[in-house]
Order: sequence, then C-alpha cells, then structure tokens
Amino acid sequence: MDWQGQKLAEQIMQIMLLVSAVISFVAGYVLGSFQMMMIIYAGGVTLTALITVPNWPFFNRHPLNWLDPIEAEKHPKPQVAGSSKKKGSKK
Amino acid sequence: MHSFWYRLNGLLTFSVTILAIMCAIASLSDNLNTPSPSAEIQVMNINWFQKQPQGNDEVSLTMNISADLQSLFTWNTKQLFIFVAAEYETPKNSLNQVSLWDAIIPAKEHAKFWIHTSNKYRFVDQGNYLRGKEFNLTLHWHVMPKTGKMFADKIVLTGYSFPEEYR
Repeated sequence: MDWQGQKLAEQIMQIMLLVSAVISFVAGYVLGSFQMMMIIYAGGVTLTALITVPNWPFFNRHPLNWLDPIEAEKHPKPQVAGSSKKKGSKK
Repeated sequence: MHSFWYRLNGLLTFSVTILAIMCAIASLSDNLNTPSPSAEIQVMNINWFQKQPQGNDEVSLTMNISADLQSLFTWNTKQLFIFVAAEYETPKNSLNQVSLWDAIIPAKEHAKFWIHTSNKYRFVDQGNYLRGKEFNLTLHWHVMPKTGKMFADKIVLTGYSFPEEYR
C-alpha cells in the first residue's frame, strides 16, 4: 500500500466504524433490542475489516517510484573516511 | 497503517473503544425511562407464631403477592431481582428488615404476576418482641442492566400486624 492508500484506508476505517456505531445504536434503541444493536455493529465491523484491512489495488494508485537497481550502481554509497573505494556487490 | 496486521490491530482497538462508548450511552438512556410500578401484598394467613427454644420469636405466614412491574423494563434490562421484606421496630433494634421471599423476573412478559406463597426464608426476630407488633411489607426491586448502572427502588405497604398471642 502506498502512502496515499494508507491515509485513505485509515479515513475509511474511522468513518465506517463511527457510522456503523450510530446506525446500530439507533436501530437497537428504536427496536428496543440490545441484541440487534450488537448484531448490526458486528456486521459493520466485519464489513469495514473487509474493505480497509486487505491490500486492495485501489489503495495503490500512487505507487512509490523506487530507484532502478542499474541506476543505483552508478551512484555508489558514500565511503567512510580511511577505507579504500569499493564497488557495490552485484545482485 | 503500512501492513495488514497494523491495520487489523487499529481496527480492532478502535471498534472495541467505540463499543464501550455505545454501552455507556445505552446505560445513560435508562435514565429516560419513567417507571410506574404497582404492587399489593395480602397476608392470607399466619400459619404459626411460636417462641423458639433459644428465646426468639418465629412466625410463618402465607402471602398473596401481586405486582405489575412491566414499566421497569427497558431495552437495556437483563432481569429484575425482586424481594419482599418485613420491616418493624423493636426496643432492641430501631429498624429490623427480614427478607421473606425473592424472585428473578427474566422478561417483561413475566413482570405482571401474582403468587400465593408462604415465606421462602424463615422469619425470626432478634428477641421476642413480635406479639401485637405492627410491621410494613416492602417490595424491593433491582433493575439489573445488560450494561451499565443498576437501579434499585421499593414500594412500602403498611398496616400489617402480628397477633397478640402465640399460636
């Protein structure tokens, strides 16, 4: 998941859980059934989990541009003073 | 939020916290209820009234208890615990309360009832002061919630008295 995706996942999770809580409380109160409140809330939590926890593709629409390995070899890492210059090992 | 387990952990903690808040609000909603319970107790018979060998008075009575406690139930009520106690004053104790009978009412449908019963628990005085004594019968109830605060209250019924002599 990329950074934008993580932010989106967190926002969706918080909003969906709060909305589930409100809907389930109102439904339970109006129906006079504590059990209905718990069932609806559990359903809401499960739905939120299915949408926000797995690494869905739509969370990865702004992927990070990692540097190409060939490109990285052309720019070796800075050396510690005193040791001789070495080339990075080929992978 | 950068891995599956992080997100799962966050979701579980947040959902449980929200659940705790929902339960607190559910308990607060019980305060909106304005109950109107009613009850009546008739002492049908004093079965016997004796002095024990140790010197304490004991009495056995048969009561007819009828009550309508349906208005005490809310969506957040698990059960109602009710009991009948006799209250009276003696030279030894300024207030005596003796529990005579109790019951658990699990649902609103069972809260309107009458029962013809003798006292479930023995009625023994601390002393021998019961002859001719006036006493009150109180019906107490505890509204036990599914979550949150328990409410307790009572109805006091006056005008009962023991016989003048043992029988």
